[in-house]
Amino acid sequence: MGNPMKIRAVSKDGVTEVKVLMNHPMETGLRKDAAGALIPALFITEVTAKLNDKVVLQAQWGQSVAKNPYLGFKVKGGKPGDKVTISWVDTSGDTRSDQATVN
Amino acid sequence: MTLELQPSRRGFLRQTGLLGLAVSAVTFLPRMAYASWNKAAFGAKTMADTYKAMGVDSPTVSADIQLNAADIAENGAVVPVEAISKIPNTTQISFLVEKNPAMLTAQFDIGPDTLPQISTRVKMGQTSNVIALVKADGKFYTASKEIKVTLGGCGG
Amino acid sequence: MNRREFLHLLSAASAAGLTLPLDPARAEKAAEALYDAPAFGNVSLLHITDCHAQLRPIYFREPNVNIGVGAMANRPPHLVGEAFLKHFKVEPGTRLAHAFTFLDFERYAALYGRVGGFAHLATLVKRLRATRPGALLLDGGDTWQGSGAAMWTKGQDMVDAAKLLGVEAMTLHWECTYGQDRVKEIADKDFAGHIDIVAQNIKTQDFGDPVFKPYVMRVVNGVKVAVVGQAFPYTPIANPRYMVADWTFGIQEDNMQKTVDAARADGAKVVVVLSHNGMDVDLKMASRVRGIDAILGGHTHDGVPAPSIVDNGGGKTLVTNAGSNAKFIGVLDFDVKDGKVSDFRYRLLPIFSNLLPADAEMEALIARTRAPFESKLNEKLAVSEGLLYRRGNFNGSFDQVILDALIAEKDAEIALSPGFRWGTTILPGEPITMENVLDQTAITYPYVTLTQMKGSQIKQILEDVCDNLFNADPYYQQGGDMVRVGGLAYSCDPTATAGNRIGDMELNGKPIDAEKTYKVAGWAPVSEAARDAGGEPIWDLVARNLRARKTIAAPKLNLPHLKNVDGNLGLAG
Repeated sequence: MGNPMKIRAVSKDGVTEVKVLMNHPMETGLRKDAAGALIPALFITEVTAKLNDKVVLQAQWGQSVAKNPYLGFKVKGGKPGDKVTISWVDTSGDTRSDQATVN
Repeated sequence: MTLELQPSRRGFLRQTGLLGLAVSAVTFLPRMAYASWNKAAFGAKTMADTYKAMGVDSPTVSADIQLNAADIAENGAVVPVEAISKIPNTTQISFLVEKNPAMLTAQFDIGPDTLPQISTRVKMGQTSNVIALVKADGKFYTASKEIKVTLGGCGG
Repeated sequence: MNRREFLHLLSAASAAGLTLPLDPARAEKAAEALYDAPAFGNVSLLHITDCHAQLRPIYFREPNVNIGVGAMANRPPHLVGEAFLKHFKVEPGTRLAHAFTFLDFERYAALYGRVGGFAHLATLVKRLRATRPGALLLDGGDTWQGSGAAMWTKGQDMVDAAKLLGVEAMTLHWECTYGQDRVKEIADKDFAGHIDIVAQNIKTQDFGDPVFKPYVMRVVNGVKVAVVGQAFPYTPIANPRYMVADWTFGIQEDNMQKTVDAARADGAKVVVVLSHNGMDVDLKMASRVRGIDAILGGHTHDGVPAPSIVDNGGGKTLVTNAGSNAKFIGVLDFDVKDGKVSDFRYRLLPIFSNLLPADAEMEALIARTRAPFESKLNEKLAVSEGLLYRRGNFNGSFDQVILDALIAEKDAEIALSPGFRWGTTILPGEPITMENVLDQTAITYPYVTLTQMKGSQIKQILEDVCDNLFNADPYYQQGGDMVRVGGLAYSCDPTATAGNRIGDMELNGKPIDAEKTYKVAGWAPVSEAARDAGGEPIWDLVARNLRARKTIAAPKLNLPHLKNVDGNLGLAG
């Protein structure tokens, strides 16, 4: 299920600007904990962004995307009240999807 | 100053996990969620292998790609980068960190209504060139910028 | 007797050990000569910066080493001593020469007295305002930090003093080391309706929203003047990031251009940037951003008497730097005609405390805020036989006292101390008080550290800091001086590239072994882990060391062997 994302979508002059902060450790699999044991890898590999029902962005990520990943993009169209949906899948197969309303 | 006596740079690298990568092969293969995740590209350890796995053949340096990032990273573990492509028919934007053990960080396939302008944040283990790789009309173009990762401290 | 002969006489008298009390008539005359700056034009800006919480008059020795590399070599601000005087046509031996250079510092300091002090500054500000109605007083930051009293009041003494002085707008650097919540508290409560904090380059970490106003607009004699703020771009690197965890900084050149354009679109006929970039960064920014009439700069503590005039695609931009420690006030007069700046005058006036009577109200405020700390500050720890100062690219003599104390008290082989540019000066024969020690050390992350470090790690630290100082591209510089080094001998080639400047590292005549481990003492760690680990505050360690030693002989400076800087005008004996 993961933890909720923070999404901001603002429409201006016919373009919707989307800013997303995900909540994910993005563990590389090579970091050690205080006891010296390896912390297993756990990072987001795929991200999908939709405006209403249409996929507008698809991403593949590796382990060097920063912890609590940030994503910013702009898409033509979109008006107040429209929905932006962001989904991710990580290396454990966990997924998370959050939706925000365009302002 | 600041003089990061503790943790040391090595400690910092350990903290971000990049040191481990530097000294050992990527032994963990993530369970694929989608078949499309480019395992070969994200696991490659040289620029040549990365490009090969991405199907990139001798990309052209382009002044029509704007790569926005700070000159000095505030935090090597969280480095904001933004690429804006003015190349017509841009369909893909990727970020690569030349001196990371695995260079390819993120690849974005953009739809026809999406502007060729992507922002994200990457991890960097040391001062390095960061590359924005753009695919347009099936051809590849790059822009790069050096981002300094410093120990910090000692400021005025 | 002409002026020059008179000055020579003064010098000769001083050298002969004669005391020269300044009689009131002579003081009045000297003050007139220095401060009678005729008003000009219709928009005046008064600029102070980097006072580092020095409310009382102090001594401050300007550097004898301030090397510029690449395009920055041999041009302001990288001129010291006689090269400086020659470039700015300042007569040697004069008050001005003493204010701007280190030359014969002990002799002239004894002759001309202490500089700065907010009560004396306040008097001058009032005089300048009287001849320049509507003048704006701007503070470039590094105001709330640098003294024991400021640290103990979390900057409150300086906040109150700045309000009484009548500052209109300020920007930030060391202020942030009290933490983002404290900065916001002051901005929203103490400063509300009085002082605007401006910073186009501080944004929230999450979605990049502005934290402060990027600029403020003031109408001066009918002319709209925009003051754009530029905080120190590398605050979260040079100082602990955890202090400003939710904020991000950076130079933000694009946003600077947008902000200037927005101010112009908003009707500004004059646009000035109140900057904490440091002068080299300001010079580069001035060459790339259009539409700025002047950048009033700080951070690098350069007392520069005349502006650098920088050409760019949009016209010309003046770049100034107004020194530190409340030692100077910059006065920029613009003549604005037909909607644009047509001419200017600039002066950097030194504050000589014995030429400017103390303003009673400010004096009373300072006495009040100091009262609870007076006995602690006044403790005499030892007597210094030599001149103690910090400023300069490499070890100053006060740094050496700190390094020697670290090595002795921590039984370390090597000591490292930050290359801060603040820190006041003590004349030979004066006592070293707790206040003096705090003037060198008062920070909110003062922990002493003792670390086992490999030779290769020590090299990496020296290289890293050295690149922050001598990178040929100013945008990659951070504006501090070189880390101060005790115990370890080394060479430094400022003109080399990153990773290749430091060499010949030796400890007690033996080469440093990259793989061997050394015991290294230091202070001011920026990591959260170091904060959580705690550690003795550096001032307690230094005070303990000084109390035990009682008399401090002039310290022997551990300076690196410098390479490839022969003839550099930023280097003098």
